[in-house]
Amino acid sequence: MTMAINGTVTVRLKEGVLDPEGQTIRRALDQMGFGGVESVRTARLFEIRIDAPDVETARGRLQEMSAKLLANPVVETFEVEIDR
Amino acid sequence: MRFGVVTFPGSNCDYDAYAAVRHVLGVPVEFLWHSDSDLHDVDCVILPGGFAYGDYLRAGAIARFAPVMRSVIRFAETGGLVWGICNGFQVLLEAGLLPGAMRKNSSLRFACRWVNLRVESTQTPFTRRCQPAQILRMPIAHAEGNYFAGEDVLEELERSGRVALRYVNARGEPDDVSNPNGSRHNIAGIVNAAGNVLGMMPHPERAVEEILGCSDGLALFRSVLVHGAAGPGGVADVEQAGATAG
Repeated sequence: MTMAINGTVTVRLKEGVLDPEGQTIRRALDQMGFGGVESVRTARLFEIRIDAPDVETARGRLQEMSAKLLANPVVETFEVEIDR
Repeated sequence: MRFGVVTFPGSNCDYDAYAAVRHVLGVPVEFLWHSDSDLHDVDCVILPGGFAYGDYLRAGAIARFAPVMRSVIRFAETGGLVWGICNGFQVLLEAGLLPGAMRKNSSLRFACRWVNLRVESTQTPFTRRCQPAQILRMPIAHAEGNYFAGEDVLEELERSGRVALRYVNARGEPDDVSNPNGSRHNIAGIVNAAGNVLGMMPHPERAVEEILGCSDGLALFRSVLVHGAAGPGGVADVEQAGATAG
């Protein structure tokens, strides 16, 4: 028996890796009058629906696909969450 | 010496590379299809520029898992010459055949212009016909050419002479103005530890005839030919082969 399980993978830039997109957004916010924005870091979010026998198997699969494809370990980290 | 040029869905410099080898160098070359794992016994595989798989996710991230890449990785690991140009460089990084990663250009703009490159090492199969510190002019055309690697990796690349090409100004000095994308250490091209895999963002195949504005890219193609003719360690034949290829 499998069930459809929804999960979310968030891929972020590692600390110390420059984020020119985030910097540009921060400057734009500043010009728009949103004062006090010290930094903006962009991230990418994947909503994934997967058939698996249980939540832990689904979590493992998402971890594996994140490490192999969704994130580039040289510059990014990832976080897997399973929707309850 | 036979070349193979890989075509991924979204490659758009495959014909340029093919034409440079076939029509300018006059050397046999064939296309290698992304879903075909047979490399047809070529001696040098070119991963061309373009936007393989639309650059979805990250440039090169999906192309790296195409069936042809399993063979390319095996080929590279056994000493075969693999040459990634622009998008091909990005694929090599994603495949782990070269260290580091590409980030969006620091300008956030697509950079399309001529650059000056300084040859940092003539000890690679791709640069052996160049002079040390020779300046080569070539075009770049990319949005994600901002080479990133950690300090330890950069130090290792520099120490072991694996930075093959660096962005420089007209006087041959690397500076911020001549760095078109924010690459660490002005890096334009690197080789692997064994030297048989080169990744570079500039386009040598677009600089092979004066009618294109410049033919400096030929120096790299001819280096590969000389290397192929020389065989492993066969230095005596090198200049002869170079003269023929030249």
